[in-house]
Amino acid sequence: MSQNLKMQVKDFYFYYAGTKEPALKNINMPVYENQVTALIGPSGCGKTTLLRSFNRMHDLYHGNKYKGEILLDGENILSENTDLIELRSKVGMVFQKPTPFPMSIFDNIAYGLRLRGIKNKSELQDRVEKALKQAALWEEVKDRLNEPASGMSGGQQQRLVIARALAVEPEVLLFDEPTSALDPISTAKIEELVVSLRDTVTIIIVTHNMQQAARVSDYTAFMYLGELIEFDKTDIIFTSPKKKLTEDYVSGRFG
Amino acid sequence: MIYNPNIVKRRKIRGFIALLLSTLAAGLGLFWLGFILFDVLRHGLTAINLDFFLEDPAPPGVPGGGLRNAFVGQLLITLFATIIGVPIGLLAGTFIAEYARGTKFAKVISILSDIMVSVPSIVVGTFIYAIMVMPVGHFNGWAGAAALAFIMIPVVLRTTEDMLSLVPWTLREAAFALGASYFKVIKDIVYRAAITGILTGIILSIARVAGETAPLLFTSFNNSFFTLNMNEPMSSLTVTIFVYAMGPYEDWHEKAWAAAFVITFFILIVTILSRSIIYWKYKSKS
Repeated sequence: MSQNLKMQVKDFYFYYAGTKEPALKNINMPVYENQVTALIGPSGCGKTTLLRSFNRMHDLYHGNKYKGEILLDGENILSENTDLIELRSKVGMVFQKPTPFPMSIFDNIAYGLRLRGIKNKSELQDRVEKALKQAALWEEVKDRLNEPASGMSGGQQQRLVIARALAVEPEVLLFDEPTSALDPISTAKIEELVVSLRDTVTIIIVTHNMQQAARVSDYTAFMYLGELIEFDKTDIIFTSPKKKLTEDYVSGRFG
Repeated sequence: MIYNPNIVKRRKIRGFIALLLSTLAAGLGLFWLGFILFDVLRHGLTAINLDFFLEDPAPPGVPGGGLRNAFVGQLLITLFATIIGVPIGLLAGTFIAEYARGTKFAKVISILSDIMVSVPSIVVGTFIYAIMVMPVGHFNGWAGAAALAFIMIPVVLRTTEDMLSLVPWTLREAAFALGASYFKVIKDIVYRAAITGILTGIILSIARVAGETAPLLFTSFNNSFFTLNMNEPMSSLTVTIFVYAMGPYEDWHEKAWAAAFVITFFILIVTILSRSIIYWKYKSKS
């Protein structure tokens, strides 16, 4: 099966503001279309730093520096000409802590749509319903769309956030440890969701939980101290990794 | 087992004394509050009737009449002070909490704001006198509003800054990740999350200036007649209390008591209102 290259990281270095040592060194990595790519590694290895580079979240903070290229459909998103708002329409993000906006469930999902100028009531309603169905939340909330989103449980809130990101129909969805704050049942639901979304979006997921990476991803990247140690199909990383460091990590000898 | 019953007994006694003292202190504070309210009401109750609110003052020495001009004047001056002061305080607070966060500039503005708050209100009055009364040649209501606004701005600014800083960063990041501009993030997300605190701050700042006298003494001064014209000197409840209390007429003294009661009552209601808003908001959340 030939894999399309959705994104590609080329000779990528990242420096946090005011530091001389790069937080990410010489990263070269493919991201295949409609596949789930997991970034794993011990704390401080740079996996979240790399994830946040894909939608240039680091730009929010003064002084951060990127070096190298990250290509999305062949175009470098790190260039000065990149329109960040357009980039973030194509590359969405789900954070570790569920962050519902202080508004109703409907307004939460519709937020990204309204940002893009969609005002037509029936169009909004259709798109909100579609996003909620994709996030497997529709049945639970369809009768209370006008209630505040803060009244939902943690697992529901996280699925709300996923629906919110899906509503703007991104091409890539970034997940930053999406289940670390949730109970096992909600975690299972979200993992199911991630796998089912594969056909619609390309997914990159950072996870602390190795078993989760093994469960949901097609490709895995193992990182350590800011470098990419090994990148391969998930089966290979977990059963017959090529590097000793990778083997030590996945078998639990450290981390 | 290491256990000394004497030490335990001593600690229990000390604990009891501390509890007793703090309860007495609280009781003492409440007592004086109740006493003030009761005493002011007692003295002024005779003067509180419908005429008090609806009639303008009678000529000096002639009993009767009311303080309608003072009520309306106070309302107008406070209203315009709010219209001037709240937006400036809100936007300035937003600026230093968001756009200029962490910069030296923000620190400087914060410090200046604290200085503004601690300026004696009579100094504020003389300052506004110099820039808004002298050039025009007469006292006017605008100067009174400006003086009160001067006091309101730093209060609203600090509250806004504090409340906005409490909104977690992840909430902002989530909005950015959806492609929102900074302005939209502040307007749609941050303000909404902080609205309760900011609203409370605004209400409290209104309560604060509603009771000020000194800033109005040299700015809006006083007016025995009813007027809606802000370009003229304007009467206010606080200045009227000052003038009437010092005057020679018994009728005036009674009215001063009544006005004092009305102001105290107003501020009490407003403070309770702002507390209820917080309480109600938190109740509806859980």
